[in-house]
Amino acid sequence: MLRYISRRLLYMLVSLFLIVTATFFLMRAVPGGPFSGEKKLPPEIEKNLNEYYGLDRPWYNQYFDYLVSVAKWDFGPSFKYKGQTVNDLINEGFPVSFFLGMEALLLAVSIGILLGIIAALNHNKWPDYGAMVFAVLGISVPSFIMASALQYFLAIKLELFPVARWESLQHTVLPALALAATPMAFIARLTRSSMLEVLSNDYIRTAKAKGLSKGQITVKHAIRNALLPVVTYLGPLSAGVLTGSFVIEKIFGIPGLGSQFVLSISNRDYTTIMGVTVFYSILLLAAVLLVDIAYGFIDPRIKLAGGKKGE
Amino acid sequence: MKKRLSLLFSLMLILSLFLAACGGFNKKDEAGDNKAGDKKSNVPQELRVNIKTEPFSLHPGLANDSTSGTVLRQTFEGLTVIKDGKPQLAAAESYEVSDDLKTYTFKLRDAKWTNGDPVTAQDFEYAWKWALDPKNQSQYAYQLYYIKNGQAYNEGKAKADDVGVKAIDDKTLQVTLENPTPYFLELTAFYTYYPVNSKIAQKNPNWYKNAGPDYTSNGPFKMVSWEHNNKIVLEKNENYWDAKNVKLTKIDMAMVNDDNTELSMFNNGELDWAGMPTGQLPTDSLPQLKKEGKLHVQPIAGTYWLKFNTEKPPFNNVNIRKALTYAIDRKALVENVTKGEQIPAMAAVPPTMFPENKKGYFKDNDVEKAKEYLQKGLQELGLKDVKDLPPITYSFNTNDAHAKIAQAIQDMWKKNLGINVKLENAEWNVYIDKLHSGDYQVGRMGWLGDFNDPINFLELFRDKKGGNNDTNWENPKYKQLLIDSQKQSDPEKRKQMLKDAEAILMDELPVAPVYFYTNTWVQKDNLKGVEVSGLGDVQFRWAYFE
Repeated sequence: MLRYISRRLLYMLVSLFLIVTATFFLMRAVPGGPFSGEKKLPPEIEKNLNEYYGLDRPWYNQYFDYLVSVAKWDFGPSFKYKGQTVNDLINEGFPVSFFLGMEALLLAVSIGILLGIIAALNHNKWPDYGAMVFAVLGISVPSFIMASALQYFLAIKLELFPVARWESLQHTVLPALALAATPMAFIARLTRSSMLEVLSNDYIRTAKAKGLSKGQITVKHAIRNALLPVVTYLGPLSAGVLTGSFVIEKIFGIPGLGSQFVLSISNRDYTTIMGVTVFYSILLLAAVLLVDIAYGFIDPRIKLAGGKKGE
Repeated sequence: MKKRLSLLFSLMLILSLFLAACGGFNKKDEAGDNKAGDKKSNVPQELRVNIKTEPFSLHPGLANDSTSGTVLRQTFEGLTVIKDGKPQLAAAESYEVSDDLKTYTFKLRDAKWTNGDPVTAQDFEYAWKWALDPKNQSQYAYQLYYIKNGQAYNEGKAKADDVGVKAIDDKTLQVTLENPTPYFLELTAFYTYYPVNSKIAQKNPNWYKNAGPDYTSNGPFKMVSWEHNNKIVLEKNENYWDAKNVKLTKIDMAMVNDDNTELSMFNNGELDWAGMPTGQLPTDSLPQLKKEGKLHVQPIAGTYWLKFNTEKPPFNNVNIRKALTYAIDRKALVENVTKGEQIPAMAAVPPTMFPENKKGYFKDNDVEKAKEYLQKGLQELGLKDVKDLPPITYSFNTNDAHAKIAQAIQDMWKKNLGINVKLENAEWNVYIDKLHSGDYQVGRMGWLGDFNDPINFLELFRDKKGGNNDTNWENPKYKQLLIDSQKQSDPEKRKQMLKDAEAILMDELPVAPVYFYTNTWVQKDNLKGVEVSGLGDVQFRWAYFE
C-alpha cells in the first residue's frame, strides 16, 4: 500500500511538472499582456513595469524562476490586484469555494443517493418516474439557468433567500443548490442503475431466501455494492466542485477561487494563472488518488497494485 | 426501512422549512424597521451599491481603474472636487495663479485625517512625488506629467527635488507646471492628485493594502472594512471638515460582477442603486425599465467610434472614410440596437464638453453625400465600380453589444453603399494588441474622458505614434493647433482653437464617431443628492435618504 502511494505521488509530481510547463508556454503564447489596456501606457512606464515584474528577461530565466517559486509555494504578486499576492488570493478564495463546494457535495450526494435508491426500490412505479424526471431536469438544465431560476423563484417571488452575495449561511443556500443540481441528478441516475443491477444478482436472491428483511438486504448487501460507481464519480466531482464554479460564483457574487481563475486569464494576470492552475492540478490529482485508495476499502475485489495481502 | 427513509426525508423537509422560515423572518423585520422609520422620518442613512469588482488598489497613487476611483472618491479628497460639472475648492481653501499660468499656490484649510493627524501641504507633496517615483510602479503616474519635471522624474531623468511641487509651510502648497494648463483645477480633483498621510506612509509602506488603523484618508467617508473580492464598507468620517453636511452614515459596496444579478438584487431591495457608474444594467432590461419610468439617463463624456487604419487601402483615401462615416444611420442604431438612450455622434468631443456638438459636423445618415464621396474615392483609387473594392474587415472585441452594432453597421454599408464587410472579433487583450499594432482595417473603440476638457479627446490624434492614436493619422495643422492651445491663456480663444482642431479631425475622419455614451441606472426613489459628474464619476458625500 505504502509503495503504491509513493509511486503514485511520484507520478503526480511528473504530471504537475508537465502541467506547469505547458501552462507557462501557452500563457505566454497568447497575445496581449497584463498591462495592455484601452488607454495605452506611456512606453517608459510600461518598460519600468516590465522590469519590475521581470517580464523583460529571457523566457528561460522566467521559466526557471517560476519553477523555483512553485517549489517554494510562493507564486508572487498579482498583476491585477496591487498589494495582494497570488498566495493571498488562493488563501482567501479557496476556503469560500471549498465551503460552498462541500455544501453542494453534501446536498448532491445525500439527495442523489436517496433519490436513486427510492427510484430503484420502486422500479417502474411513480416514485421511480418522479425521481428520474427530476434527474433529467437536473442534468439538462445548464447551471446558469438553474441559478437564475432559483434566484427568481426562491429569492424574488417567495422571498426565502437573498438574491446574491456571501454574508451568512442563508446566502449560501441558493448557490449550493445551483451547484449541486447537476451532480445530484447524475448521482441519482448512477445509483438507480447500479442498484437495479445489484438487486438482480444471485446473492440478493440468496439473502432473500435466507429470510432477511427487505431493509436488511438493501442496507447490508445492495447499497454497499451499488455505491461503487458513485465513488468513482466522486473523485473528479469533488475536485471540480470544491475549486469553485466560475458561473455560479459570478451570478451569486461569491468571492471564490473559481471566478479568480477565469478572470485571471482574461486579465493576463500571469502569476495568478500559474498559481491557481498549479493549485487546482494538485487538488485534482489528489482527489483521483484518494478515490483509487477508497476503492480498496469499499470493494475488496480490487487490490491496489504493489500492495500485499494484509497490508 | 421505508419508515426510516420517510423519517429522514421529513426531517430534511422540516430543516429546509426552518431555514426558509428564518430567511422570511429576517426580511420582514427589516421591512418593518423601514416602515417604522418612515413614519418618524428617521430613515436609516445607509446606502448599498454594487461596485462589481475588487479595486486594483486603494492607494490614490496606484489606482488606475474606475472601481478604485469610485471608492477613493468617497474616502479621499483632493484640492478641488467636481460639483455640478465645475471644480470647486475642497481640501484647498483658496488658490492663486501666477500671470504666466504656470504656478499655482494653494492654501489648505484646517482638515484632519481619519486618525486625527492634520492634513498638511507636505502630505500632498509626498503623495505626488511618491506616484511619480519610478520605483513605485504607478501606472497612472502620467496623470502627473503636467507638473514641471514630473515626466522627467518618472523616467529617471530628474531628481525628486526638481519636481514642481513644494510645501512652503504646513498649509501652503506651491505647484509649478510644465505648460500653462487651463484645466489644472479639474486635474486636482482626480484621484492621482489626492494626498496621502505621509506620517503613516513613511512608517508603514503597506498601509494601503487592507483596512485598519493605518488606512487613513481625508475624505467624507472612512473605510472600516475591506473583504477582498467580496465587499467594502465605508462609514462617515467624523473628522472630516465638512462632516455636518455628510448625511449618509454607512456605504456598503458589494462586488457582484453580474448585470442580471445586480438588477435582481435591486428589485429585491438588497441594493439602493443598480447600474452605472458603479455597476451595469443588463442591456435587455433597459427598454422595459424605461417604459416603467424607472430608468435614469445621463450623458457622459465618452465617444464610441470606429477607427480607420489610414495607412491601409482603401482607408488611406479620405473620401472612402467620409463615405463610410456618412452612411451610418446613428439614430436607428441607438434606438433599435443599443437601446441605452445614447446620443448619435457626428463629432468627436462629447456634448458634455462642447454642448453644440449635439448637432455635430455632418448630417446623420447622409446617404446621398456618402454615395458621392464613394464615387470620388473609387475614382481616386483607380477603381471603376464599388464591386472592384475588396471586402473590408470590421474588427471588434468579443462582446454581444459590440457584435450587434457591428452587424447593424455592416448591413448599413452594404445597403447604402454596396460595400461588402467581413466581421472579425477577438478577445479583448488580443484585440487591443491588434489595434495598437495597426493590424486592422476598421475597428471599434470607446474613449472616456479622465477630466472635463476637450483636449482629452483631441490629443489622442495629435501624434501618429501617440500610443492611443491607432489610426496612423497625423495632420501638421491639427497638431500645431493643439500645441498652441496649451499656451493660450484666454479660455474663449483656447476653445476656438480646439474647435478648429476638431473641425479638421471631422473633415479628415480618421475616426467615424458613432454615439456618445450615457450612464443608465435605477435608484431608490427616496435616495437624493447623488452627484454623477459629466465624466460619469459618482460622489456620495451629498447623498441622503428622504
